Amino acid sequence: MRAVRRAGDGGLLVETAGLEDAHRLHRALRDAAIPGVTDIVPGERTVLLVAEPDVCDLDRLAARVATLEAGAAEAEDAPPVEIPVRYDGEDLGEVAELTGLSVREVVERHSAAEYSVAYLGFSPGFGYLTGLDDALRVSRRASPRTSVPTGSVAIAGPYTAVYPSPSPGGWRLLGHTDLTMWDVRRDPPSLLRPGLRVRFVPERTR
Amino acid sequence: MIEVVRPGPLATVQDLGRPGYAHLGVPRSGAADAPSLRLANRLVGNPENAAGVEFTLGGAALLFHSPAWISVTGAPLDVRLDDRPQGMNTPVHVPEGGTLLLGVPPRGLRSYLAVRGGLTCEKTLGSRSTDLLSHLGPAPLASGARLPFGRVDTPMTVDSAPVPPLPDAPILRVVPGPRDDWFVPEALTALTSALYTVTPAGNRVGVRLEGPALVRAREGELASEGMVTGALQVPPNGNPILFLADHPTTGGYPVIAVVRHQDLPAAAQLRPGDEVRFRLS
Repeated sequence: MRAVRRAGDGGLLVETAGLEDAHRLHRALRDAAIPGVTDIVPGERTVLLVAEPDVCDLDRLAARVATLEAGAAEAEDAPPVEIPVRYDGEDLGEVAELTGLSVREVVERHSAAEYSVAYLGFSPGFGYLTGLDDALRVSRRASPRTSVPTGSVAIAGPYTAVYPSPSPGGWRLLGHTDLTMWDVRRDPPSLLRPGLRVRFVPERTR
Repeated sequence: MIEVVRPGPLATVQDLGRPGYAHLGVPRSGAADAPSLRLANRLVGNPENAAGVEFTLGGAALLFHSPAWISVTGAPLDVRLDDRPQGMNTPVHVPEGGTLLLGVPPRGLRSYLAVRGGLTCEKTLGSRSTDLLSHLGPAPLASGARLPFGRVDTPMTVDSAPVPPLPDAPILRVVPGPRDDWFVPEALTALTSALYTVTPAGNRVGVRLEGPALVRAREGELASEGMVTGALQVPPNGNPILFLADHPTTGGYPVIAVVRHQDLPAAAQLRPGDEVRFRLS
């Protein structure tokens, strides 16, 4: 039985055992295509269901979700998305200093790991990627930049991410990719989706 | 085609938003007071999800380069067509060359304009709504902007709609949680008994409130989780933020309670300085 919390009269917040379980449940709920459910949003340890209150009986939905077998859902079997990165970010030196590593080691460790999209948020197409080498955990910048360019590859805390569009941001910039992470004319518009695996492939710096 | 002579403090194109993309970080957006936009559309024979204009504190002037049936709903304001007063919540015919003037609402915040045929600006991810958080959809309307509209054949069958006046001090019903257990028990009592004041810092993302601080019972950070419209999210300073249409899809601050969906229109009409109460239901 999963713990299911009310998020108002149109939402259910389902607790999961962790990130993988959240992704399994997310996929199972998507496959179930429940009428009246408009959005399914995985978090780090939860999945949020947003329903039309006039269409959906929230009590029945909660009972169904609490006992839903998510284990049967197909595992994410897509091969990892490869993101080419030019490691010439403004904060590379600072990250090396903070972590006690050389710039080269920072790049090696960042590009050696395999990541998984934990969830998206902050801005459309912005995926929080888990799997970052513990040695690369650094805090956000004390004062965020007012504008971080599209394609910036950055780290903060346990996460790495690619800025899909220009926005303010406090993450530490390691490099840049020319890959289009977000395009509203594309279907789906986001290159990343919850549960997808990701690798960063270093390009030779100019 | 309609030319924006003057947009007022903030005017945006809105339909009923873009649900279904929250897992990709895209807010639902759409009219903050959705029933007012639906009503405006019904009055001119449009489908309820047709795009119209959401005005913030009125103050707009629009020049019609082609004739149109229109309706104005939401926060009550003075509607004039070339200096002749017109009613709200009723269809109004605007001749070619007519100028529609919207006054400033004495109470409430957001008024809606529907045009028979609906605005036909380009859609982004299935919606014409302006999302101010994510910068999706048309830019906020500026002087000189041109708004094309379409045609519909469905008849106009509603003459006028009775609309109750906005309450002096609205009471919004809330469902506790999903994270009320992150707060001391007195916090929910404070939220549902004290008066909260709307600060000027609010926007389509959320209403920022000031009142008794809602004190946490536990330390640490909440694992980021999905957020719903109507959520009362509480940052470390203890002052809740009531999420509206353009709210972020995920967040890391605990939500103490969520406003019931029937009361979201009243929440969307709160303006700076207003006082509001919350009640458990």
